[in-house]
Amino acid sequence: MSFPTGFLVKDPGMLSLVQDAGRFGAYSIGLTNGGPVDSEAFQWANRLCANALNATAIEVSIGGFALIAQIDTTIAVAGANMPLKINHQKKDLWRSINVKAGDLIELGFASQGIRSYLAVAGGFTIQEVFGSTATVCREGVGGLTGDKLKKGDILPCTNYRRKTNLVLPEPFRPKYCKEVVLRTVPSYQQKHFSSFQQRLFFSSEYEISKSFDRMGYRLTGRKIKSDIEGILSEGICYGAVQIPADGQPIVLLNDRQTIGGYPKIGAVSSIDTAKLGQLKQGDKVHFDFISMEQAHNYFHLNLSRFNRQKLHECD
Amino acid sequence: MLNEDEFCRPTIDIAGENALIIYFSNKTSSNTSAKIQQAEKLIRQTMKSGFSIDIIDLIPSYASILVVFNMLATDHHQVRNKLRLLLHNLDENYDENYNDEQSSIVELPVYYSIESGPDLSVIAKRSKLSVAQIIDIHQTQSYRVYAIGFAPGFAYLGEVDQRIAAPRLSTPRMKVPKGAVAIADKQTAIYPSTSPGGWNIIGLCPIDMFNVTATPIMPVKVGDKVKFRAIDKREFLSLGGELAEGFGKIL
Repeated sequence: MSFPTGFLVKDPGMLSLVQDAGRFGAYSIGLTNGGPVDSEAFQWANRLCANALNATAIEVSIGGFALIAQIDTTIAVAGANMPLKINHQKKDLWRSINVKAGDLIELGFASQGIRSYLAVAGGFTIQEVFGSTATVCREGVGGLTGDKLKKGDILPCTNYRRKTNLVLPEPFRPKYCKEVVLRTVPSYQQKHFSSFQQRLFFSSEYEISKSFDRMGYRLTGRKIKSDIEGILSEGICYGAVQIPADGQPIVLLNDRQTIGGYPKIGAVSSIDTAKLGQLKQGDKVHFDFISMEQAHNYFHLNLSRFNRQKLHECD
Repeated sequence: MLNEDEFCRPTIDIAGENALIIYFSNKTSSNTSAKIQQAEKLIRQTMKSGFSIDIIDLIPSYASILVVFNMLATDHHQVRNKLRLLLHNLDENYDENYNDEQSSIVELPVYYSIESGPDLSVIAKRSKLSVAQIIDIHQTQSYRVYAIGFAPGFAYLGEVDQRIAAPRLSTPRMKVPKGAVAIADKQTAIYPSTSPGGWNIIGLCPIDMFNVTATPIMPVKVGDKVKFRAIDKREFLSLGGELAEGFGKIL
């Protein structure tokens, strides 16, 4: 009998989760997507390890994460600027790094952004549930046990060290700030919000409340009223902006419920939900009105820029 | 044959950058439900062939189907056109009795009480009925499973008697316990796991609504009928139900 080897979780930190690109195709039994809240940083971490873009990585929220390597391999961390140390030596994010068995890998607390992604060469080898390794704690599905990582967990992966290391040059790294514009396609019950209410929504500043998680970000600010109390429950897409009767918007993210009955005024583009996912309580957002065609343009431009961006070799 | 008022063409609206939503009606009916089941089947069949890389998944519900598409393969114009064609075919081959053929009746026990259903008194006040009357009304009829979603195994059942219908809470609760039987407008459901929620809680059901290790994973499927049966606290506990300490008060 062989025991899995890979990385031993020494300290799981605030919230660290096994994630791949997400679970798609299980809506009919009510399973949501999960997956990385900041999919851009997640994909960078995988690219830096020369992995497939949907390889399983660890999403570390807030920080305080520590691992002990049990094998020789290559890792990379991308996302919020959590200070990375290997054997107490400071190391850079946004590049791949070789580690050897026995190394202590620590991620401190971020001052900019709240989520970073730790990828390993070849990806973590974790059993898929309904076609994905993505952890959704609320559902008890995915990851090692359907829950966040705990001290003593083993994150299995193969002995797979890369010959050359890669780095994303500094000017091309995403910048995380405390204020984000959320480009939003008006949709769903939009017509149940008067043009005055829509103008209020698109011209007001909202603050991230204390309730922000992978399910959704509750905002506080100017109240928005619709002319309906509730609707027949219907499918909720990624980024949908729900307006409950208290008038305070909720932007629904990766672990959102798949069906719900609060009126929705629109849906935020996926490029901007990734940025939203790096904000915390007290940070600010604005909603910016865009058409479906603009949303598609932004998506493809962003994708094309991502694909064209070359990584440099480093030692 | 279709009734005149039922025959409104489905509309296709924008939901998000990679999603469209088909609205079949603005109200619930078994006719709408049958039509949605057939449309879902039709889209899924097409997904198996040429549509496969275009459509990621579907969420059918009371009166709508959310269609999530792959932005790397298609755009909303193309998806809209394909859906229009499918819906046109559906209109021509529509079978009104479709969903009665495959549905079964599932009985679920519920411990209704102030202790397990903290919103019973709110509904009683609103409806000017007694708590006992509300419980009686809720378990008298059977309900159709209109949709599954919100959370794994969360089955939306309809429709409750107008007298006990109740709007959602204006601020959702951060924590609704597993097994909570609840009402929102004319919908009723059982929370399969502890989660946030804005529905009015009237009781607790001790049966697992979603169990990955069980076969089937869920005791109900879309199109089934559900009938509730009132049980007392002893039976609730003997069936494995759990009451959190001071549950009725903290909520």
